[in-house]
Amino acid sequence: MEIFNHNANVNFLGMRKVSIGIAVLLMLVSIALLASRGLNYGLDFTGGISAEISYQQPVAVADVREALAKAGMEHAVVQSLGGTKEVSIRMQPTAAMLDQGKVNLDKVSAVVSGALQAARPDAQLKSRSSVSSQVGDELRSDGTMAAGLVILGIGLYLWVRFERRFAIAALATEVHDVLVTLGVLVITGREFDLTVLASVLAVIGYSINDKVVVFDRIRELFRLARKAEPVEVLNRSINSTLSRTIITSLFTAITMAALYFIGGAVVQGFAITMLIGILVGTLSSIFVASPILLWLGVSKQDLMPQTRENPELARRP
Amino acid sequence: MSDFPRWKFFLVAIVLVLGIVYALPNAFLPQPAVQVTANRNGVVNQALQEKALYALKQQNIAYQSVELQNDHLLVSFGNPDVQKSAGDAIKAALGDDYTVAFNLKSTVPGWLSMIHARSMPLGLDLQGGVHFLMEVDQNDVVDKQETRYADDIRSMLREKNIRYDSVSRNAVRGQGVAVVLRSAADRTAAANAIATEYPDLSTQDGQVTGDRFVLNAVLRPDKLRELSLNAVRQNLGTLRNRINALGVSEPIIQQQGDSRIIVELAGVQDTAEAKKLIGATATLEYRAGYGTPQQAVDAKNTGSVPPDARLYKDTRGNPVLLSKKIIVTGDQLVDASSGSDQTSGSPMVSVTLNAAGAKKMLDFTTSNVGKPMGVVYVERVVETKVVDGKEVRTPKITEEVINYATVNGVFGKNFQTTGLRSAKEASELALLLKGGSLAAPIDIVEERVIGPSLGQDNIAKGMKAVLIGLGLVLLAAAIYYKLFGLVADIALFFNLVILVAVMSLVGVTLTMPGIAGIVLTLGMAIDANVLICERVREELRNGSSPHAAIRAGYEKAWATILDANVTHLIAALALTTMGSGPIRGFGVTLLIGILTSMFTSVTLTHAITLLIHGHRKLKTLSV
Repeated sequence: MEIFNHNANVNFLGMRKVSIGIAVLLMLVSIALLASRGLNYGLDFTGGISAEISYQQPVAVADVREALAKAGMEHAVVQSLGGTKEVSIRMQPTAAMLDQGKVNLDKVSAVVSGALQAARPDAQLKSRSSVSSQVGDELRSDGTMAAGLVILGIGLYLWVRFERRFAIAALATEVHDVLVTLGVLVITGREFDLTVLASVLAVIGYSINDKVVVFDRIRELFRLARKAEPVEVLNRSINSTLSRTIITSLFTAITMAALYFIGGAVVQGFAITMLIGILVGTLSSIFVASPILLWLGVSKQDLMPQTRENPELARRP
Repeated sequence: MSDFPRWKFFLVAIVLVLGIVYALPNAFLPQPAVQVTANRNGVVNQALQEKALYALKQQNIAYQSVELQNDHLLVSFGNPDVQKSAGDAIKAALGDDYTVAFNLKSTVPGWLSMIHARSMPLGLDLQGGVHFLMEVDQNDVVDKQETRYADDIRSMLREKNIRYDSVSRNAVRGQGVAVVLRSAADRTAAANAIATEYPDLSTQDGQVTGDRFVLNAVLRPDKLRELSLNAVRQNLGTLRNRINALGVSEPIIQQQGDSRIIVELAGVQDTAEAKKLIGATATLEYRAGYGTPQQAVDAKNTGSVPPDARLYKDTRGNPVLLSKKIIVTGDQLVDASSGSDQTSGSPMVSVTLNAAGAKKMLDFTTSNVGKPMGVVYVERVVETKVVDGKEVRTPKITEEVINYATVNGVFGKNFQTTGLRSAKEASELALLLKGGSLAAPIDIVEERVIGPSLGQDNIAKGMKAVLIGLGLVLLAAAIYYKLFGLVADIALFFNLVILVAVMSLVGVTLTMPGIAGIVLTLGMAIDANVLICERVREELRNGSSPHAAIRAGYEKAWATILDANVTHLIAALALTTMGSGPIRGFGVTLLIGILTSMFTSVTLTHAITLLIHGHRKLKTLSV
C-alpha cells in the first residue's frame, strides 16, 4: 500500500517566503501569548494544594465550583478529569487548612470533603497533595535549563556529524517548534504540569529526529550529485523522505491518541502536548528547516568528507 | 548472507530468550499482604504466627498464604479490602511489641527469583501511598556550628590564659564568631591559637575601639558546605532507621539536590503517623551513673530521687539512676559501628566522638574508671490533641537508657561499648547511636497522598493504553508495509518485551509518566522500520533486485537511524538529569527504549528478513 506518489516533486522551497513568513508569525504570536496570557501552570509550579474527587453520579464542574465557593474557597480551579464523575481541584491553601503556618493535608481533606459533601454526599476524595511555591520556582529554572541542554547538545552533535549550517538550522527550527507548541498550550488553557514539561522536552527529541532524517538525505544527495543546485537537492530530499516523515508521524500520533483517550487524566496532558508537538514538528521538518538551510547557503563543498578538503592532507604526496 | 554473519543470529536468539525470561516476572501480580515485624521486645516465631492466624480466624478473615521468615511474618490476602480488615485484626491481637504494616507479597516463582529476575517496583501513582519532599534546614546547621565554636573558643582561650572581654556569635548568621580582646598582642595570640586548634576556622582582624580589639573567626566555606552535606546525609540515615521501624515495604528515601530528601511510603494512607515519626527529634546523652542498682530500685519504690540524680528506665523497664550532669550529647558523636570484641569475641559497638566531645569524655573517664556510665535516648514528638474544640499541642518526651555499662579505662575520641547480649543488639545500638538524632530539623515542603483505588485505576488505564497503542501500530504497519510490516510488528512486540526486561533488571520504578514513555517509545521505534521499508521500496523502484534492495535498504537506512537515534538519545539524557520524580522516570524509560529499539528495529528485523528471504530466489518483495 502506498498513500504518497513516490514521483511527487512538490516545490517546497518555492514557497519558502510564505512558509518562513508563517513560521515567524506563529512564533511571534506564541511569544505574545506566553507573555500576555501565560501558561496555566499546575500545582507543581505554582505551589498550593490540590485534590482529586470522584463522584458516584455525574457532576457538573460548575456545581463543584459553587459548593467550594459557598465554603469560602472562591479561587479554586476546578477541572474535569476526562469523565463526568471525576474532578480535580487546585487552589492556594485557606486559613482553615493551615496548622501553625504550614499546610496540614488532613485538614485539607476535612475542609474540602466537608464542603463538597454538604452539596453532594457522594463526593469522595481520592488523592490530595500540597507543594510549596519555592519548589515550583526551581522546577521552572530546571526545566528551562534542561530544554537548553537538549538543544545545545543536539546542536553540537549535528555540528560534528554534519556541518555548522545544519546545526544552526536545526536549532532555529527546534526553538520554533517549542515556542509554537507552548503557544498552542496557552490557547487550549491546558494545565502545565511536570508531565507536560516532560512532554515538551520529548517533543524536542521527536522533532529533531524528523529533521535529521531530511538532513541526512540532503547530505547524501549533495555528495552523490555531480552538479548540485541547492534548491533542487533540498526539494528532492524533502520529497523523497516525505512519505517516511508523514507515516512515522501518523504511527506515533496513533499511539499518543490511544494514550490520550485511554490512559486517563494523569497522562492526558502529556499525550495532547505530544500530539501538538508531532504536528508542529512534522510541518516544520517539511516547510521550515530546509529553507533556513538554503538561506544559510549550504553547498556541495561543505558536505564532502573532511579529508579531501583538508589542505594539509592535499599537500601530501 | 555475508552482510549478516552467523554469530549475529545467535546474538539475536540469546537476547530474545533473555528478554522473555527477565520480563516474565511482571506477569505475576503481587498479592496484598500484611507484614508483622518485631519491635525491640517482640520475637518473630511460630507462636506469633499462630497468634496472628487465630486473630484472623476469630474475625472470619480468609487468608491466601502465610510465610514465616527470620525477621518477619507475611500473610497474604485476596484483595485490599480484606487486607485492611486483617491488618486491623492482627494489630489489635498483637499489641505494641510488633509493627503491623501493609505490604505486597511477590508471586514470582522461585526459579525466576534465583536468576535475579524480578518485577518492576510500582510507583506511588500506581499503588497508592504517601510522598513527602523535605527540606533540611541549613540555617540550623550554621547556627549549631557557630554556637559550638563560640563555646569552644571561649574555653580554649581560658585554658591558654589569653584574656578576653567576650566571645559571641555575630548578629548575622554565617558571619562567624566575634572575639573581643584587650590588646593587639592578645589578639595575635588568640588568632594563632585558633589557627592551630581549629583549622576549619579562618580568622580576620576586626575593628579596634579604645581597648577593644575584635577578632572575627568564620567557618571556611568548603567546610560549611561539607557540614551541610553531612547534615543531609545524616538526616537520610536517621529517617531510614525510623522508617524501617514503621515496617513499610521498600520505602524510598533519597537525597534530591543539595538539601532535599524524598520519602515515599507505598501502601501508607495515614500521613499523621508517618509525619510523627519523620518529624520526631531525638538526641542522645551520655551521663555518669549514680549509686548502686539497689539505690535505683529503692528510688523507684519510694519515689525519692537524690537531688543530683535522675531516675530513668532501661529498655527492659528496669530502673536506672544517672547523674544530672551530661558528659557528651549525640551531636558530638561522629560515628558508631557494631562489631565483635577482638579478645573475647563478644558483640560490641565502637563509637567515635568529635574533638570537643573527646575532650569532655577524657576528662570524665580519667576520674571515673570502674564506675558506670549510661546512654540515654531522648525523643521529642509533638502530639496534637483536640481539647474542648481547641487544638492543644503537647510535646511528648520519651527517655530511655539504651545502654548502661562500666567504664573500663580512660578513653577519649574512640571507645567501645561491650557487654551487649547479641550481635543483633549491637547493630541496633549502633544504628540508634548513629541515627538517633537528626542533624538538622526538616520541613515538609511537598506532600501527596494517593488513594489505593486511584493507583489501581491508573495501572489498569496505563496497561490498556500500552496494549491498544501497540495493537493499533501493529495493525497500521502490517497494512501499509505488508510482509515487511509484519516483520516490523514482531520486532515492535519484542521491543516492548526487552524494554520491560531491561527496566526490571535495572530496577526502574514504574510510574504513569514511565508508561507514557513506553507508549511513546513504541510509537517512535517503528520509525526505524519505516525508514528501512521506504529505502527498500526506493531501491526496488530504482531497479535493484530484491536481495540487493534488502541489503542496500538496511545499509543506507542505518546511517540515518544512527543519527536520528543519537540526537534523540541526547534529549532523553537531558531528561534524566532533571532532578527526580516523574520527569526522570520518563527520561529513563525513553533512554532504555531508544537503545532497545535500535536493536529490535534493525538487527532483529534484519535477521528475520534474511531468514524469510535469504535462501530463496525472489522476483518481488512484499513491502
